Amino acid sequence: MSFLIQASYFVAAVLFILGLKRMASPKTAVSGIKWAGIGMVLAVLATFFYPDLHNVGLIVTAIVIGSAAAWISGKKVEMTDMPQMVALYNGMGGGAAGAISAVELYSGNATAHGSGLASLAVIGGVIGAVSLSGSCIAYAKLQGLMKKAWSAPMHQGLNALMVILLFGIGLALATSVEPGPFWITVFFLIALVLGIFMTTPIGGADMPVVISLYNALTGLAVAFEGFVLGNAAMIIAGTVVGAAGSLLTLLMAKAMNRSLANVLFSGFGASDEAA
Amino acid sequence: MLAAFTGYEIIGKVPAILHTPLMSGSNFVHGIVLVGAMVALGHADTILEQVIGFVGVALAAGNAVGGYVVTERMLEMFKSSKD
Repeated sequence: MSFLIQASYFVAAVLFILGLKRMASPKTAVSGIKWAGIGMVLAVLATFFYPDLHNVGLIVTAIVIGSAAAWISGKKVEMTDMPQMVALYNGMGGGAAGAISAVELYSGNATAHGSGLASLAVIGGVIGAVSLSGSCIAYAKLQGLMKKAWSAPMHQGLNALMVILLFGIGLALATSVEPGPFWITVFFLIALVLGIFMTTPIGGADMPVVISLYNALTGLAVAFEGFVLGNAAMIIAGTVVGAAGSLLTLLMAKAMNRSLANVLFSGFGASDEAA
Repeated sequence: MLAAFTGYEIIGKVPAILHTPLMSGSNFVHGIVLVGAMVALGHADTILEQVIGFVGVALAAGNAVGGYVVTERMLEMFKSSKD
């Protein structure tokens, strides 16, 4: 059975890649998303056959709630408001990656298999959390909920401090065998705040580039969590999105005649390296 | 590594007009995080883990479904205006 699951994950991953490939050309673009959609359904169905999976009721309920909310909002939204919806959905994906990391850390599963795996869980978690809060700010800005570019006093120093703190706590979490729940919580809170602080100073016009960057980051986070869970579909799809998204970010920045560093100024570079 | 090269290869020569749908499409693809969230929730034991896992699955499902709906709408519009 486990072989069948892995095989369907692999097929799903191939469908994703082919789908993205088709989306890259105007003629085949519409069919591309359908291919990727089939892959997604396949992978989700296969997951229900995972060995000793419990809380199935909870899983189904959560899927129904999440899907219904996204379906309704996705159908209703105006065409011109699309970018912020992408940001929002992307943030949800980042949050999910962060949640996986949190579950694995709280339960001690991640650390039980050595600090290599634990550090992947920690890195994926921090990227996911940053992507979640950052995307939410991007959404709020594009939606007009938040008009002004705001930056905290000592903005760069504060961001650098948070990156250092994250690095330190993350290292401790990854190496200690039984990480305390308190530090895990602090860790994720700092990551969320960092995401907010990183995004607030960036103006609305640059947001698409930033969203694309968070998209790439979420992809990376998914890939890291895929390694933690030993899940081929997540590793492949996450890495493809990470690579494709990074390049897309650069292309978009270039199309706007801005360098990426120019868009992201202030302290962002430091956290990028941590990623 | 191979997957990373694939990503590079795919995006390398894309017309600028397809940037946004493609971003949305790759946003949908990382909705695969749903699978991982399901596994995490499926193996969660304590209440805390279950709550976080539940939120994770709901968020991931939102990512996947929302990403799909939005991308499809974008591409549909693209088709009708271009053809």
